[in-house]
Amino acid sequence: MFKKGMLLGGVVALAFTALVGCGSASTKNQSGGENKLSGTLTAVGSSAMQPVVEEASKEFMSKNPGVQVTVQGGGSGQGLTSAMNDTADIGNSDVFAEEKEKIDPQKVVDHKVFVVGMAPVAHPQVGIDNLTQQQLIDIFTGKVKNWKEVGGKDQKIVLVNRPESSGTRATFAQWALKGNKEFRGQGGLEEESSGTVRKIVAETPGAIGYLAFSYFDKSVIALKLDGVEPKNENVYDNKWKIWAYQHMYTNKNGKNKELEEAFIKFITAPETQQGLVTKLGYIPVTNMKVERDAKGNITKK
Amino acid sequence: MEQLVTNQVAEQKRPLSEDLKKPLPKILQAERRGRVLTYVSSWVLLLILFSLLIFITSKGAAPFISGEVSFAEFFSTKWNPGENSYGALSFILGSLIVSVCAAIVSAPLGIGAAIFMTEIAPKWGRKILQPATEILVGIPSVVYGFVGLTVVVPFIREQFGGLGFGLLAGVIVLSIMILPTIVSISVDTLQSIPRHLREGSYALGATRWQTISRLLLRTSLPGLMTGVVLGMARAFGEALAVQMVIGNSPNLPFNLLTPISTLTSIITLNMGNTVQGSTYNSILWSMALILLLMTLLFVVLIRWITKRREQS
Repeated sequence: MFKKGMLLGGVVALAFTALVGCGSASTKNQSGGENKLSGTLTAVGSSAMQPVVEEASKEFMSKNPGVQVTVQGGGSGQGLTSAMNDTADIGNSDVFAEEKEKIDPQKVVDHKVFVVGMAPVAHPQVGIDNLTQQQLIDIFTGKVKNWKEVGGKDQKIVLVNRPESSGTRATFAQWALKGNKEFRGQGGLEEESSGTVRKIVAETPGAIGYLAFSYFDKSVIALKLDGVEPKNENVYDNKWKIWAYQHMYTNKNGKNKELEEAFIKFITAPETQQGLVTKLGYIPVTNMKVERDAKGNITKK
Repeated sequence: MEQLVTNQVAEQKRPLSEDLKKPLPKILQAERRGRVLTYVSSWVLLLILFSLLIFITSKGAAPFISGEVSFAEFFSTKWNPGENSYGALSFILGSLIVSVCAAIVSAPLGIGAAIFMTEIAPKWGRKILQPATEILVGIPSVVYGFVGLTVVVPFIREQFGGLGFGLLAGVIVLSIMILPTIVSISVDTLQSIPRHLREGSYALGATRWQTISRLLLRTSLPGLMTGVVLGMARAFGEALAVQMVIGNSPNLPFNLLTPISTLTSIITLNMGNTVQGSTYNSILWSMALILLLMTLLFVVLIRWITKRREQS
């Protein structure tokens, strides 16, 4: 009886320590006069950033064998909450902390790690590849309902949106629609991920949606806005206005600071920016010639 | 050697009545161990259940208690979180209608298959249909959703026009998903009908179809209803597959071809992107509470049906 009971108790206790152990902080090992990093680091949040952060974490871990980096999705809201409450070391977010309700920007430190450009995409057979910004606004606010009104085929327009709370949607509404509210209701679709948006836009005649540059492929056409092509070079000088910083937020309390800083430094290092970030279709923050703050003011660097 | 023999003799000499008065400590220990184990399991189960109930209820009731959102607002159709209107009625109706429709499609199919398996071809029908339903149970819901997205949605778009996404696609995918639940419970019910009832019916000169439709279906009705309600409960709680084919637009679910939303699809779409503690996030918890309450209702319904069966 006692033996079994102890065994059971032991298992429970082990499970608890394992759970608690997940949040353990880093320790600094000093051996041979050289600083070696070790410990665990968790990065939680934006699923749009996840591929880059995951790849970066793999490279980071192979360079620092003592470090275990865990990357999780969950969404920008989750990322900001975890950074603020310090349940994760790094909170990934594709919006500024200032833009989310119930987040205290005073408690977190912003690190802009790379930039993502976004563009409206349409079904390949809508008959046009260029829109003026006013036309785009009219389409997404529901004023224009047929492609022929903007010079395309005689076909009904189908809106493919991201969910109300999505960071991509917020960026698109702010910079492509100049803050106009998107039309909701009759005939509009809402999809969870950019991958699904691409699939649906490619398959549904007359569909229009919006995607990050990294999702572009031959199945959809990326629309030019006022003649400006959606490509990285046009984002650098803000000629293409629909882009957003991808943020890594850390808590100000300085717990696990050494590892956090090392990892963020690794991602913002020129090699990672020009290598990994560019390879996966994102825009290096180091290439940007302008800067944008949380309120949307743009300054030249 | 000699000692051993005397020992054995002594043991044999002890009367059985003495042994029975004092059960072996070993057996007592095993008994106690078993009891502790089952007690602990049941208490853990209860604890988990109640903490879940309390947690979801407190989270879900919070926006109403703090006055951020009123009940009237919540049960309206005006959904626009950007402008602080959180009406969830179209999602509640969407969830209800899509599961009821799925049950309506699935019930005759499932009960028909069950009758075939038990009455018409008990041997080979069972041999084929039993594994078939088991496989249907085993397919993960994301696969159902993906098949729905690539096959059902384009099919509807080409045959009926519209976008393909919407109530109809959701009903088709869900009715396939809940079919095995209905089939297996119906089979169990039909098999539990005593053989003498059937034989009595045949002895009176009833045909097989008469026996099935007038006797078996009526006797087993409560059991069959339990199966249908369970299937409906499963459809109501299903999130992933539905979200992939339903279109997720906040429309009222009164047209088969327009995209609509369900409670589960709105929760999965927005849970990660909203910040804990914000009104938007709390309202998602309120929707989860509605889901929980509806599930409780389904459980109560099933209990009521089975109770009636026992009485009749």
